Amino acid sequence: MSVREINSSLITEAVKKLCIEANCHLSCDIKNCIKASYEKEDWPQAKEILERIIENFEISDKRDQPVCQDTGVACVFLSIGQEVHIVGNLEDAVNEGVRQGYGEGYLRKSVVRDPLNRVNTGDNTPAMIYYDIVPGDKIEITVAPKGFGSENMSKIAMLRPSDGVEGVIDFVCRTVEEAGPNPCPPIVVGVGIGGTFDKAAYLAKKALLRPVDVPNEDPYYAELEAKLLEKINSLGIGPQGFGGKTTALAVNIEKFPTHIAGLPVAVNINCHVTRHKSEVI
Amino acid sequence: MEIKIQTPLTVSDARALKAGDSCLISGVIYTARDAAHKRLCELVAKGEELPFDIKDSIIYFVCPTPAKPGQAIGSAGPTTSYRMDAYSPTLISQGLTGMIGKGKRGPEVIDAMKEHGAVYFGAIGGCGALLSNCIKKAEIVAYEDLGAEAVRRLEVVDFPAIVIIDSYGNNLYETGRASYLEKCKNS
Repeated sequence: MSVREINSSLITEAVKKLCIEANCHLSCDIKNCIKASYEKEDWPQAKEILERIIENFEISDKRDQPVCQDTGVACVFLSIGQEVHIVGNLEDAVNEGVRQGYGEGYLRKSVVRDPLNRVNTGDNTPAMIYYDIVPGDKIEITVAPKGFGSENMSKIAMLRPSDGVEGVIDFVCRTVEEAGPNPCPPIVVGVGIGGTFDKAAYLAKKALLRPVDVPNEDPYYAELEAKLLEKINSLGIGPQGFGGKTTALAVNIEKFPTHIAGLPVAVNINCHVTRHKSEVI
Repeated sequence: MEIKIQTPLTVSDARALKAGDSCLISGVIYTARDAAHKRLCELVAKGEELPFDIKDSIIYFVCPTPAKPGQAIGSAGPTTSYRMDAYSPTLISQGLTGMIGKGKRGPEVIDAMKEHGAVYFGAIGGCGALLSNCIKKAEIVAYEDLGAEAVRRLEVVDFPAIVIIDSYGNNLYETGRASYLEKCKNS
């Protein structure tokens, strides 16, 4: 198989476009899920808030305006075909796309250069870049702007194997309950189970990329997702935390093999403004 | 029924509001979040004047997206309030009567609200595009170097906000959820 050359300027172009699109237009799965929750919700204040949330994303669609003012850190997932040769510097190309997208799209610049000596970089770079090498000769780019109201409510636990699935359920529900109104419910809950300490967190983030209407392909985990969603929605937190049945829109789990001694579980919370857009080059 | 509020918000106005009240706020409010709060409290500690009159004022915890040409402001929904808990009691002691944000507040803030007469309002998190409709004018009044986090003077008309915690410590996050769960139990 021959090597396919891809100029890094194409990556810049795609990242720029995806940053703007993801921030201004929610994907259909999340919009439909919010609308369905509105129909099912019977607590008056909760219903009213869901109505405002729908009105908000409709305004964004109409005006190409960010759905939320926290246009996030740009999480950029690259699945790079192993037959691809990239001409130019890949990391620079991604960051240039973020710089242009956040500038030209009137998006907020929310990144500080140093976590302790906090000075804004002014262009929302650097992006958080995740690389995957996959078979093929294409590059799939996903941009997922991540707001920090919900990111701050995320947690990780190194459970014991004996804690089992009950331990996982307990940890996920406790994390959501402690977060309460802070992450802007209704939320999407990304859960990573297995791997190592860091791998579990990565899986939890990656779980948030899956559409909310697509269950895990493993029936056992699909059932666990449904059970967790039901448990979370019986907590009564509701939209914005004022009570109601719509605390979460979906629970997405990703799993990975792990060590005989461990059961890592990470919970990455996202708000109702769960954003991601993809393109294949 | 919504309660119309015109700024400035006096202590007696604040004391009249109850957790759960739906309000429409009009007039001038100021924006500030993490970095600006830190600077405001440093000024108070040094006994220096604040860049705006804080007495009977409302601070909105927000950091908007840049305005497109022809817009007064970009998307402008609330940020999570607990990050301001370290600073809010100081500002309340200086005369701040209202805060708009989202999410829980710590006991030190609630104590200060009860003592001095201040209210914590919630705006709907994640509805920045919708809320920007109510903001008619925005200008930076301090800390331009903070970029998005600069302090802005906003002119708002019928800005929708719900009283989450009133000046007596009643908390809609507790009562709203409890009454929903009570309803579930009885049905």
